[in-house]
Amino acid sequence: METVLKIDDINVYYGSIHAIKGISFDVKKGEIVTLIGANGAGKSTTLNTIAGLLNSHTGSIQFMGENLGKQAAHKIVSKGLALVPEGRRIFLQMTVQENLEMGAYTRKGDISADLEKVYGYFPRLKERYKQVAGTLSGGEQQMLAMGRALMSRPQVIMLDEPSMGLAPILVEEIFNIIRNLHEHGTTILLVEQNAQAALSVADRGYVMETGKIVLSGTGEELLDSPEIKKAYLGG
Amino acid sequence: MMTFLNFLISGISLGSIYAIIALGYTMVYGIAKMLNFAHGDVIMVGAYICFYAISRFELPPVVGVVLAIAVCTVLGIVIERLAYKPLRSAPSLAVLITAIGVSYFLQNAALLLWSPNPKVFPSVVGDGKVELFDGKLTVSHVTIVTITACVIIMIVLTLFTETTKIGKAMRACSEDKGAAQLMGINVNATISITFAIGSGLAAIAGALLCSAYPTLIPTTGSMPGIKAFTAAVFGGIGSIPGALLGGLLLGVIEIFAKAYISTQLSDAVVFAVLIIVLLVKPAGLLGKQIREKV
Repeated sequence: METVLKIDDINVYYGSIHAIKGISFDVKKGEIVTLIGANGAGKSTTLNTIAGLLNSHTGSIQFMGENLGKQAAHKIVSKGLALVPEGRRIFLQMTVQENLEMGAYTRKGDISADLEKVYGYFPRLKERYKQVAGTLSGGEQQMLAMGRALMSRPQVIMLDEPSMGLAPILVEEIFNIIRNLHEHGTTILLVEQNAQAALSVADRGYVMETGKIVLSGTGEELLDSPEIKKAYLGG
Repeated sequence: MMTFLNFLISGISLGSIYAIIALGYTMVYGIAKMLNFAHGDVIMVGAYICFYAISRFELPPVVGVVLAIAVCTVLGIVIERLAYKPLRSAPSLAVLITAIGVSYFLQNAALLLWSPNPKVFPSVVGDGKVELFDGKLTVSHVTIVTITACVIIMIVLTLFTETTKIGKAMRACSEDKGAAQLMGINVNATISITFAIGSGLAAIAGALLCSAYPTLIPTTGSMPGIKAFTAAVFGGIGSIPGALLGGLLLGVIEIFAKAYISTQLSDAVVFAVLIIVLLVKPAGLLGKQIREKV
């Protein structure tokens, strides 16, 4: 299968702190790839670097054959790469529909078909389209953040901790939506602390520890791996 | 009764000018999260441009105002690019001190260019007045134009931020610049647009202010600038209706304090009211108390 996103030897620093130490991985068309690991392993930093919010000192980020290296963050989304950031970061004072419109900011022309599609995935958002986003529950806010990213019609959608802070039943719902998106052909790069849930939907996974990739394999392989069981799955 | 009405109308008129200036403060604060203390001096520059266009080059007043708007819009963008953009990730104190520096720079540049001698500003709307109730109540054309301009600006700006794509992008930037970038919004361009709008409004405010109070010197903009900043905080900084409410209240309180309490103490009364309001409502009258959901 065709590789859509290829990360090659990136190094990211926060001041003098070396947060990402030369990691490389790739994502193929139609796959769900997950990055798992403990707090501070560098998972979110990796996604933020791909999205252009942070810069790598070395290496390259190839997306559909184009180097995203020094591109400004606001130019990345129109190339077909959308990030649903950690903590959702929806626009709390804007309405649900306005948030979705912002997701389609770089698109030209009519977006009503895309709105219908997103409301199809998330019927609860449709009921609340006029509501100010700050009044939504945590789960609904996560759905809005995902819907907002889908509005740009991304080739690849990156999800940063979509299950964070949600009740177990909502986590299940979010993962069902991820499966559903996958079945519709969306390529997904998923960062999770909930390793069990992430590996069970993922085609492939990479395990990060203190800025490095220490293990990789298919979702099943990693789920069965004794090291992973010990470190992340409680036994 | 008629004198009361007269004072009220002058208060609303002065308040309208404060409101137009306060909009510049509030929009820039809302989006760039900085206090642009040079805003008052942009008013002064606008007034000088307008003055020279009308008095020296004998252009029609409307052309003078349009020219002042154009110059101030460009000036606002240039100030932002040269002075504030390099400090985008600097601590807010550094930006604040830079803004004060820009303010002094503009005042001193004006001293050099236009000398400290006061200029007598020609009213951009003439000296006409309307007499009501058999001449007991007179309202000057300047007052009418000022209040009308304020109402129109408020309506246009509200519609702009609520309904247009750029307006919505501005609101998105004011909430979360990182998330706005992820949407594909060019945050730097949005901040430039905000400075352009605020500075253009400052030019209008300068022309109206000097039409009502015709002495023009290089420090003409500083006191109204500070009062308008107060008005923005009073109404809730970051809020457009807050700027209107704060500006109008401040103008009316100032004129009433001058008329019924004491001319010397009027500013003290104005600031005392501000302190009391902020003690009761720290976010200002219409400011939002944001509670984040976790």
